[in-house]
Amino acid sequence: MDNFGYLFAAYTIIFAVIFLYVVFIWRRQSRLEIELRAMEVRLKEVCDEIEARSAPQSRSAQ
Amino acid sequence: MSKRLNLTLGTLTALLMVTAIFMVFVYVPTEADQGNVQRIFYFHVPCAWVAFAAFGLVAICGIFYLWLGQDIWDDLGYAAAEIGMVFCTLVLVTGSIWAKPIWGTWWTWDSRLTTTLILWLLYGGYLMLRAMADDTPQVARFAAVIGIVAAADVPVVVVSVRLWRTIHPAVLVTRQGGHGLEDPRMVATLLVALAAFTTLFVWLLILRSATLRMRTRLIAMARDLNLAHAAAGDF
Repeated sequence: MDNFGYLFAAYTIIFAVIFLYVVFIWRRQSRLEIELRAMEVRLKEVCDEIEARSAPQSRSAQ
Repeated sequence: MSKRLNLTLGTLTALLMVTAIFMVFVYVPTEADQGNVQRIFYFHVPCAWVAFAAFGLVAICGIFYLWLGQDIWDDLGYAAAEIGMVFCTLVLVTGSIWAKPIWGTWWTWDSRLTTTLILWLLYGGYLMLRAMADDTPQVARFAAVIGIVAAADVPVVVVSVRLWRTIHPAVLVTRQGGHGLEDPRMVATLLVALAAFTTLFVWLLILRSATLRMRTRLIAMARDLNLAHAAAGDF
């Protein structure tokens, strides 16, 4: 009563699922890091734009 | 998460996992009645342990989120629910594979199996809510309540083999007390596998919650960007 096929299937599924889940987390993390960096750049650009627009207005007010 | 901690936990998990595999396939004696297929047990039980620990953590994080309202508890609970779901799925699948040669069927509506399936469905609902609804504090509060209520099924699953008539073996705590593992090598193998899966759980939890923290930060930045755009439009 050895049933090696069942044993092999069970362990293969366990390791395949764990491996795929780790890959899923890493891929998602890499994607989020790229998005975060792009968002930081965009935010800085908008802040710089606001500063640039507000500077002449404050000069003319003086 | 620091790269050093990531590397340390990953290496520790890999080492324990290799040791556990060696013990399962080389060290531990073959069970007399079931033969080699009983070796599924040494990874089936740790999968269940991780699933129960993860779902317990979802409930604890839910309580803290409802109490303190801090996003970190919501992210940690979400990560734990996802990991719990992965391991609960593995419990059902490996249990089913083990059941086929031993019970002669892939599935039976036994108390342990049914309560585990209910647990899987409850947290499936939790994850569907998180995936489909927007990331608002209201959804997070609702998810926290679901996580707490669903965790009530965990002790039911654990004691189901003692409360109701069942064909599922009560290996860790039998009706007579004590445990059902005759050989000390079987106990040692199970303990090493439990240690391997516990470190794997901690590692995955840190990785996944870091990803979710990053996502929360991204959402906050997108909100700031919208505000900044609106401010820029006012000039």
